[in-house]
Amino acid sequence: MDLLGLANYAVFMAILIGIYALLALGLNIQWGFTGLFNAGIAGFFAVGAYTSAILTSLPASGRLGGYELPLVVGWLASMVAAAAIAWPIGKICLRFRSDYLAIATIGIAEIIRLVIRTEGWLTGGVRGVTGIPRPFGDLDYMPSQIAYLAIVATLVLVAYLLVERQVKAPWGRMMRAIRDNELAAAAMGKQVEARRLQAFVFGSALMGLAGALFVHFNRSVTPEAIDPMIATFLIWIMLILGGSGNNRGAILGAAVIWIIWSVSELLTDRLPTEIAVQAKYARVFIIGLTLQLVLRFRPEGILPERQAGSPPHR
Amino acid sequence: MSFMEFINFHLVPGIVLGSVYAVGAIGITLVFGILRFAHFAHGDMATLGAFIALALVTAGLTPWAALPVAMAAVAVVAIVVDKLFYDYLKARPKIMTVMASLGVALMLRAVVQVVFGVDPRTYATGIVRPDDYFGILLRDRELYTLAAVVLIVIGLTLFLRHSRWGKAMRAMSDNPDLARLSGVDNRKVTMLTWAIVGALCAASGFMLGINNELHSMMGWQVLLPMFAAAILGGVGRVEGAVLGGLIVGIAEEMSIFILPAQYKAATAFVLLLLILLVRPRGLLNGKVL
Repeated sequence: MDLLGLANYAVFMAILIGIYALLALGLNIQWGFTGLFNAGIAGFFAVGAYTSAILTSLPASGRLGGYELPLVVGWLASMVAAAAIAWPIGKICLRFRSDYLAIATIGIAEIIRLVIRTEGWLTGGVRGVTGIPRPFGDLDYMPSQIAYLAIVATLVLVAYLLVERQVKAPWGRMMRAIRDNELAAAAMGKQVEARRLQAFVFGSALMGLAGALFVHFNRSVTPEAIDPMIATFLIWIMLILGGSGNNRGAILGAAVIWIIWSVSELLTDRLPTEIAVQAKYARVFIIGLTLQLVLRFRPEGILPERQAGSPPHR
Repeated sequence: MSFMEFINFHLVPGIVLGSVYAVGAIGITLVFGILRFAHFAHGDMATLGAFIALALVTAGLTPWAALPVAMAAVAVVAIVVDKLFYDYLKARPKIMTVMASLGVALMLRAVVQVVFGVDPRTYATGIVRPDDYFGILLRDRELYTLAAVVLIVIGLTLFLRHSRWGKAMRAMSDNPDLARLSGVDNRKVTMLTWAIVGALCAASGFMLGINNELHSMMGWQVLLPMFAAAILGGVGRVEGAVLGGLIVGIAEEMSIFILPAQYKAATAFVLLLLILLVRPRGLLNGKVL
């Protein structure tokens, strides 16, 4: 591989890492700071992806869409749509322990997948949505990739700063109080359910935005684009390995896991076809095992959550 | 549509499917009630059981003879999984164990995919014509499934009600600390629970496979209906899981009257949200975690 090819690949990877970093930040709001188990990340991601795709794509016969709205509208709408799905689920399930939320989010992700496959008039069915514009998409390949990377990086930075600010504010302290001792927080007059709902909705909105960034990067989206279980699981590992409760850890985890995942894909693709299929599933086994190892040997992750009032290293 | 058609094409398949869900839901409700966490590897453990039975059938056993062997094998797998991946998380918040179980689900599925491939398989080929029982059409395998479920439920209920270890399991479900104080060995009860849960997983996977086909996602796809059944019946209640399983199974088969057939899988989810909204303790007054 020559130098230019390598640079191309690095930029491509960096864009995807940025998108995964947004997802990991969204999950960090839900799990890291609030202790909510979202097992349907791919569902919120897909809702954001399709919402923006339908609103901004070129007209096509046989499905809704082709409104050619500005990108910003699509992106905002993708956040609103993901939040709108999250709200009723959270409203029903957040009264109970997080196990129930986990079950319900698995269910909602499954139903979103069914809707995307079945409702061809809305999502183009298995053919998906094509003709999705990309900002600076008419530039040459490399400048266009770099421009997109700049957009993604800016959004990740903005999201990071906003979340950091929120977490350092009294709001963040309250959320951690609720996470660590629900009864005590409730006794202090904190509205546990309402606060959890906030965190769940905010986090889901970020996941929706990540979905939108993903489709504008690919310029098309099909139901096969995201394997629900593997996508969700990768993001969980990113957060746990990076360090849940630490936003920098979430971003770092996204980079580390995505690089390992993609490089292992490059390796397995070179294997002879007889064992390539097996190798593909062996990779899935290994990410499952990675989670177990992290949970066992380094549950706080690479960058542990900072404890207020104590130095950052423990 | 005549009444008999309704029974034969909707009610009977609903009851068969529902009793398979019931077997899975009993396992979920036992883990939920005794060990107090939602076990997400349940479906994929069922897949593993179904495929172990398939390997035995390929080796020359008849399917129903392979079932007990597969149940024993998955019981061992469940104990080993607990020792390796769940046990050390005991002192941490239960939600960490839930997460570990999601990882185990992925690992078990990957094992099935590597060893058996991803193509759909069956225990036996060929079309089986149903027999006519006073107008009710039943295939042999459906009859055996129903009989096996009834046996499992009766056996388990008797075991939990009357045997020493069954009482210990119920004691731990009610109050683990009090149970330990009264001399119940929580570690042994945990092991016993996993053995029973593993065997039930294998049974549900096998019955799902023999009434349909086997594929590597089969267990994951029935996880939601099984959870819905367990919560619908009341967490920790075996008879509740049976009732919940039957309701979910029949509701799924009936859903085609009001929903497009593609959305059959959404029925369980709707039932789950409804019960959480209206009566989170479930129909038979289970626990709420």
